[in-house]
Amino acid sequence: MSSAPDTSATAMPKNYLNEKITVSSWLLTLDHKRIAILYLVSLLAFFLIGGLAALVFRVELMTPEADVLRSETYNKFFTTHGIVMIFFFLIPSIPAVLGNFLVPVMIGARDFAFPKINLASWYVFMFGGVLALIATIAGGVETGWTFYTPYSTMYANSNVILAVCGAFIAGFSSIMTGLNFIVTIHKMRAPGLTWFRLPLFIWAMYATALVILLGTPVVAITLVMIFVERAFGFGIFDPALGGDPILFQHLFWFYSHPAVYIMILPAMGVVSELISCFSKRRLYGYRVIVFSSLAIAVIGFFVWGHHMFVSSQSTFAGLTFSFLTFFVAVPTALKMLNWIMTLHKGSVSLASPMLYAFGFLGLFVIGGLTGLFLSTLATDIHLHDTYFVVAHFHYVMVGGGVMGFLGGLHFWWPKITGRMYPEGLAIFAAIVIFIGFNLTFFPQFQLGVHGMPRRYHVYPEEFQVLHIASSTGAMVLGFGYLIMGAYLIWSLKFGKIAGKNPWNARGLEWETDSPPPTHNFHETPVVRHPVYAYEYASETSNEPDVQSEKGHV
Amino acid sequence: MSDSRPSYLAHHFDHLEQQKQSATLGIWLFLITEVMFFGGLFLGYIVYRGLYPEAWHLGSGKLDIALGATNTVVLIFSSLTMALAVRSAQVGNRKGCAHYLLATIILGSMFLGIKAIEYSHKFFPGPDSHYFLIPGKNFSLASPYADQVQIFFSFYFTMTGMHAIHMIIGIGILIWLYVKALKGSYHEHYYNPVEVTGLYWHFVDIVWIFLFPLLYLIGRH
Amino acid sequence: MDHPVVPVKTYLTIFGALMVLTALTVWVAFIDFGHGLLNDTVAMSIAVLKALLVLVIFMHLKYSAKILWLIAGSSVIWMIIMIGLTLTDYRSREWIESQAHRAIPWASNPPIEQAAPAADDGHH
Ligand code: HEM
Ligand SMILES: [Cu+2]
Repeated sequence: MSSAPDTSATAMPKNYLNEKITVSSWLLTLDHKRIAILYLVSLLAFFLIGGLAALVFRVELMTPEADVLRSETYNKFFTTHGIVMIFFFLIPSIPAVLGNFLVPVMIGARDFAFPKINLASWYVFMFGGVLALIATIAGGVETGWTFYTPYSTMYANSNVILAVCGAFIAGFSSIMTGLNFIVTIHKMRAPGLTWFRLPLFIWAMYATALVILLGTPVVAITLVMIFVERAFGFGIFDPALGGDPILFQHLFWFYSHPAVYIMILPAMGVVSELISCFSKRRLYGYRVIVFSSLAIAVIGFFVWGHHMFVSSQSTFAGLTFSFLTFFVAVPTALKMLNWIMTLHKGSVSLASPMLYAFGFLGLFVIGGLTGLFLSTLATDIHLHDTYFVVAHFHYVMVGGGVMGFLGGLHFWWPKITGRMYPEGLAIFAAIVIFIGFNLTFFPQFQLGVHGMPRRYHVYPEEFQVLHIASSTGAMVLGFGYLIMGAYLIWSLKFGKIAGKNPWNARGLEWETDSPPPTHNFHETPVVRHPVYAYEYASETSNEPDVQSEKGHV
Repeated sequence: MSDSRPSYLAHHFDHLEQQKQSATLGIWLFLITEVMFFGGLFLGYIVYRGLYPEAWHLGSGKLDIALGATNTVVLIFSSLTMALAVRSAQVGNRKGCAHYLLATIILGSMFLGIKAIEYSHKFFPGPDSHYFLIPGKNFSLASPYADQVQIFFSFYFTMTGMHAIHMIIGIGILIWLYVKALKGSYHEHYYNPVEVTGLYWHFVDIVWIFLFPLLYLIGRH
Repeated sequence: MDHPVVPVKTYLTIFGALMVLTALTVWVAFIDFGHGLLNDTVAMSIAVLKALLVLVIFMHLKYSAKILWLIAGSSVIWMIIMIGLTLTDYRSREWIESQAHRAIPWASNPPIEQAAPAADDGHH
């Protein structure tokens, strides 16, 4: 049943990729797996655009003077970077690609509950993305991804209207995805797949979808308010009329803090899967991890004011939010402990996806702990709007979110494409990415503590050494991503045939072909065990696992 | 999959009940997002009303209670016809379903018509009035609170405008349903689209139930 | 979760009740309860009651699975979180300032030169 690496196979059996290959069969597909591929390709394009923007301003930052970009242009570059990376890459990354591909397969369903809405979500997403890019090409937006008023409503150039529309529209696509996840997980599980047999990735998607549904509409209406103020001259946040820009910040962060959990919860789900598979163990504290995901989703909505300590928010509110913020750390720490407990006594193998999981663990701990410095009211007065914050959120978003995404992509790549990538190169790339990442962002903690403000490109000379280190790191990081892109593309044609279950993992997705047939399973699977039952050969059989008894590599 | 599957059961569902429950769950989840969407506006309303109570009373006083109340009645009436459309489908009365849908469309359009008349009064306040209540450069009102009243009207237009957009979308969907209902597509075995649209329509009604007192009726005493 | 068919009479009764409540809310708006807050409380109670009637009967919540109650409830709870915590800020803006005014005699009327530096390192 399990892996039978068959390198000789030339033609793959009928599957979702080769069933029909016309352009319209892709653009009008209702198959969640193909939609996931559409998302994957578009998201990687956005990732490339966002990354190039970052490389340009990292080059600018190598010297203390403004020699590559004028200040205004510099602002446009970091705004493009922020908007593209957050709204058009990281927020949809894991849910729209891996989630779209895996949720129905992992729960033994033929598709999502609403396949048409799923396809529509991709079109809506692309429409929003194109609007945002047009704003960039038409002249650029300088507000930063946060669109703070009164800057966005009164001073910034009018491309901001387009960018706001783009972000607004992208929000709909994430709502459609989230809605599909919840309904599908509730209503379409295979027989025998009870709630507490669900893989943790599914739980993570479920928690993420809750945050998406409860948070995204608020940023949508906030962007509408910006829109009517900017486009029609309505007075909503205008201080001249008695309007309050701080109200904008409340509304914006009510979504945007939970949004950081939209970015990290899915990565946590991926990491849970990776750690279980590559330790060949059921996850220690399965239920704790489930409930901590839900707890994070809920508590995430109580803490947004920590982004506003140094605004004119009241001191009392600042205290309240500071206090509440510390509570998010609890479920996060619980997850960490359980992952570590799983590794402990597991038979750990260091395959390339697992390297990303380890990368995630280390970097996310640093990101999370520095979050605690920032959520302490008094220290944040010093650190707010410095590079310390920049380093913090890149450690969580790139070190956590992107590492999770890449780990997941490598793990499920054989399932998605049916082929293996070259493992040696993958390990090399993972190491380059890890080193490049730390070289880029660790110096930024230093910079921040010494007072280098974010969003400035002209700075005192004493900061230059650290900035050069950071820019060099960015290039190493970019190089790492390029290697990865290259071998993944190579593997599409030349990779070894993967077989059903190359990692000897557990979970329904590993019981169907790689790549799966159009309707995922040849017959509806019936689940007979708790999740991650490494003592059995598969989710649906009653036979013990021969391979894991022999001991895995 | 056997041939006994009815055409209205999508391929990826096992049975009708699963399909129906999914649709209902989906629309309710969608309504959560709608609550939060309007919630942002209500939050803004509450904050500013707390800061500028006088301006809020002044602004509210400029709205036409008669038109607002008429619209409330019209909209609630449309909710009734909507509920009856769903009921007709449930009991297999295909004609009745179509008729009630048509009634709902007409009432919804009436609401929008009345709303348009109201808006136009703000644009063209009449020869003897000394104010212009559209927020923006030309906003004018002889009052020390004029600036804050402008914020009130910004909220008035954004809130009722968003509500009206929801009505327009709703009417669009209803027209589509009506066309299909005329062909008899909805009956006791399959009426998800009518039911789901009904839930949406009632929700839009509920939003108005709150907007009416909050915008029209404050500070009248 | 299969809904029983609700009798037409129930729908008509609810419609009647909604009409009466609409009339009521207009009527009470013109009565002075002595305190503005009281007027608001009455108006909002009526609105909540109307919304509940629509939810429970027109929207069939009464005949629906628990999960739908949970969903409807959670949207209300999340709105309360959003509004509540935001008001925590607005309602407390004067507190600490007014205490500061009491503690530091000049703070209630600070000379310009002293106010300026205080303004850019946050909010003291
Ligand atoms: C232990 C959990 C965390 C805590 C306590 C925490 C705390 C904070 C605080 C207090 C700030 C505001 C700093 C300032 O502007 O002065 C902040 C900023 C930020 N955090 Fe976190 N954080 C945590 C986790 C995360 C995660 C998981 C992500 C994303 C995946 C994230 C993304 C961000 C971003 C993007 C910003 C900056 C937003 C901006 O101003 O542009 N944080 N964090
Ligand atoms: Cu935050």
